[in-house]
Amino acid sequence: MMSVLLDVENLWVKFPTRQGVFDAVRGVSFTLGRERLGIVGESGSGKSMTGRAILRLIRPPGIVEADHINLEGVNLLDKTEKEMRDVRGQRISMVMQDPKFSLNPVMTIGDQIIEAYRLHNSVSKSAAYNKSLEMLEAVSIRDSERVMRAYPHEMSGGMGQRIMIAMMLIPNPEILIADEPTSALDVSVQRQVLDIMDKLVKERGMGLIFISHDLNLVADFCDRVLIMYAGRIVEVCDADKLHDAKHPYTRGLLNSLPRLDAPRDRLEVLQRDPAWSDAPSVSGRV
Amino acid sequence: MKMLEVQNLNVWFGTHRDRVDAVKDATFDVMEGESFGLVGESGSGKSTILRAITGLAPDWSGTITVEGEQITHKRPKAFFKTVQMVFQDPYASLHPRHSVDQVLGETLQLHGFKDIDTRVVKLLGDVGLGQSFRFRYPHQLSGGQRQRVAIARALAPEPDLLLLDEPTSALDVSVQAEILNLLADLRAEHKLTYLMVSHDLSVVSHMCDRLAVMKDGEIVEILDVEALRQMKATHPYSQDLLEASQ
Repeated sequence: MMSVLLDVENLWVKFPTRQGVFDAVRGVSFTLGRERLGIVGESGSGKSMTGRAILRLIRPPGIVEADHINLEGVNLLDKTEKEMRDVRGQRISMVMQDPKFSLNPVMTIGDQIIEAYRLHNSVSKSAAYNKSLEMLEAVSIRDSERVMRAYPHEMSGGMGQRIMIAMMLIPNPEILIADEPTSALDVSVQRQVLDIMDKLVKERGMGLIFISHDLNLVADFCDRVLIMYAGRIVEVCDADKLHDAKHPYTRGLLNSLPRLDAPRDRLEVLQRDPAWSDAPSVSGRV
Repeated sequence: MKMLEVQNLNVWFGTHRDRVDAVKDATFDVMEGESFGLVGESGSGKSTILRAITGLAPDWSGTITVEGEQITHKRPKAFFKTVQMVFQDPYASLHPRHSVDQVLGETLQLHGFKDIDTRVVKLLGDVGLGQSFRFRYPHQLSGGQRQRVAIARALAPEPDLLLLDEPTSALDVSVQAEILNLLADLRAEHKLTYLMVSHDLSVVSHMCDRLAVMKDGEIVEILDVEALRQMKATHPYSQDLLEASQ
């Protein structure tokens, strides 16, 4: 039995609107061990909301409800906002989709990383500087001294995303939530970023929640996959068996991809069945 | 017959020490009725080539020939009846306060059509949107529906050459399949020629007959899709790209 880092039971995310309450996530349950857990689905399926809800990053009027969200046995929902700040970054980190919007444009990269580090550790500036250099090297950034002096707009997308990962990893979190970390990147750079995350998961024994819309990527990279549709988990499977998935939604998504090795005249178009969104959520617990 | 001929195209931005050469000495041609792909990573200059053809990148040298007519820096009106472009992000390429009817109607009017009403109805039908979409605003449409409107707008002047700048990269895979099918149908129906930019090799291989691989502003290799499928790329960079998309 793998040790369970995170245990989510019956998670709901609701947004009150003029047309009534909209349920973005509807009763999702899963556990995360020291593994790479993928969450896939289309836009609007609630995958990002699930990631944010774990960190309680959903702002009012949005409502997060769950039986529990246990981080190593402690329910995050019982914590005060002040206590949550020690969880965010320190124990659970999140890498957002686009590095362009998550780095401060008017601060040098070095200052940002040092700030992140000193917020969680009381060390001298020079010690923080050295640690930052070390982290940049850990995410395979060459020429790290120059990067420390540079501003975010001087970085390419791939560099920016690696810098974000470096920042998120400095406090040595137990869980990393990566929300489409590579969808703004090119295939060649994508590989590098994934390799870095993979190495960190293996070396540090982190748990990784990898949110993506790219089925092939997830099948390749993760250990276990949750497939979400309309706020619910419709299927849970081992990543290497994703291509044998049973649920018509998963099959539909897989079949709608053009393939290099199997040319077709027409791509299959997903036929949605209203029953999919009514069916109860499948549990992703192990 | 050649629909598009690009020879020794150079495109640059900025002057003096800020000058960036985005495209260097690009040469390729697209036959009539063909679908040609440009692939490469971001910053390799593939979109810039499209922008130079349409006139959105003002600083270029070399020769661009469309349907036998060489393009000058000032483009005649007829040019825009021949060449139209579909942009990457359907969320950004539609005016947020113009309804679908206004977007299509204005385009038709600018191109001097008289029977605007019937043409708007036909265009919506062509791209698989019902008449109920005619008076909607972009925020009332999904990403796929917006891209359909953008395609309808590009089809309005009845062009021969359609430039597609990553038409599906902002869309979900399920919606991507619908749009790619639509583009394939339209090409057969209206006898269009496509020049398509994408970073996704499998999308390009699905849509195109031949493709050019770009790196750092240069075309490193032109190959046909059969060779691509058999992994017969000769240039090391194209091989890397192929490897990464497996």
